[in-house]
Amino acid sequence: MAREEVTLLGMWASPLALRIEWALKCKGIWYKCIDEDLLNKSQRLLTHNPIHKKIPVLLHGGKSIPESLVILEYIDETWKQNPLLPEDPYERAMARFWAKFVDEKCWTTIPGVFGNERGDEQEKSKEKAIEELRILEKQLEGKKFFGGESVGFLDIVCGWIAYWLPFIEDITGLKLVDETSFPALSAWFKAYLSVPWVKELLPPPDKLRAHLITFRQKLLSSRLLNI
Amino acid sequence: MGEEVKVIGSIKSGFCVRVEWALKLKGVEYEYIKEDLRNKSPMLLKYNPVHKKVPVLVHGDKPIPESLVILEYIDETWKDNPLLPEDPYERAMARFWAKYADEKCMFGAWEAFKAEGEEKEKAMESALESFAFLEKAIKGKKFFGGEKMGFLDLVVGWIPHWLSVLEEVGGMKMLDAEKFPSLHEWAENFIQIPLIKECIPPRDVLVNHFHATFSSLRSLSANKP
Repeated sequence: MAREEVTLLGMWASPLALRIEWALKCKGIWYKCIDEDLLNKSQRLLTHNPIHKKIPVLLHGGKSIPESLVILEYIDETWKQNPLLPEDPYERAMARFWAKFVDEKCWTTIPGVFGNERGDEQEKSKEKAIEELRILEKQLEGKKFFGGESVGFLDIVCGWIAYWLPFIEDITGLKLVDETSFPALSAWFKAYLSVPWVKELLPPPDKLRAHLITFRQKLLSSRLLNI
Repeated sequence: MGEEVKVIGSIKSGFCVRVEWALKLKGVEYEYIKEDLRNKSPMLLKYNPVHKKVPVLVHGDKPIPESLVILEYIDETWKDNPLLPEDPYERAMARFWAKYADEKCMFGAWEAFKAEGEEKEKAMESALESFAFLEKAIKGKKFFGGEKMGFLDLVVGWIPHWLSVLEEVGGMKMLDAEKFPSLHEWAENFIQIPLIKECIPPRDVLVNHFHATFSSLRSLSANKP
């Protein structure tokens, strides 16, 4: 295949953009990453994702592909080495089902804990997030990775939880995942973050922490204004 | 591949019908098990414990929930009459538009259906914006899939039948032939296809169903403090 340039429109603190980088690195694909300013969106972003105006967007051979799960499948189908999705149709269906679950549920509830300050509301968000994490815990039981012996599609989709959750817990003072209640998930956090190509792409911890603190302050003050 | 195929669904659901269309398109025999969504069966709760929703495809002893996940499973298991195109970019576009159509067009139409007064106006405006994008996607094509119907046609296939009922019961006009000529033409053509037509519920069943839904939504909002 002729080597066509691969560019990722992303943002250094975005978990969704990170999953794309992980997929590209896993398959050994060379790419260029452009950090977009999400508060002042570029013409480039608006051109390549006119409908949602969001990152990540993958640019490949003159084509633009938005939506992280769509991009992941595109990557898997275009570059066949180190497949992300399993071969069996049922296993593939389960990976897609759980990816959708994580993106529709955990993606809202875990940051939801973050965006709440008051006792009752925060407790409610926390309970919901824990319920969903328990469901994920069950999926991991007896496995090293969601993909089995090695990292797969669902590990890459869920990977942000392993890195972002400890920051969220630290900043809010709330504990969601402890080793006793979540042995499989706790072990997976460690295993996933130890994978070399996962580790090397993680945003610097101090920078991310500062970013999340600022982000949370903005979120909380905008909520106060909405009361 | 000789394992039994069951579809657990409701004939009133635009999500369930797409699964039937896919199976029929591929010539796969299946048993349809009607689910009463006001009184969910132990079988549904067993096969979809996470969401407790229809449709669920059960192939042999394997349950697969979530209609878009089911469609891809069907396409990968039975290779006749492929739903998704071969080219990875075209597949990506089909998946993108399917997600968009479900999240914006279908959800948008539903929000407009439920709303009243000024909220209804706003909801309709938002939904119509999303329909405009769909119009662009079908322009110049016979089907979303090109010459033959494909994945996206099945995903937006609720429009010709379900949307017209929502419009009638909800007192709104959305699929205007003047505003959306290509989408309108696609809808007229799609609903006439025999295998599509044979799976849709009788119009009066849907009308009654949405009238009942509409009334209960109105009485809920009337009872709000």
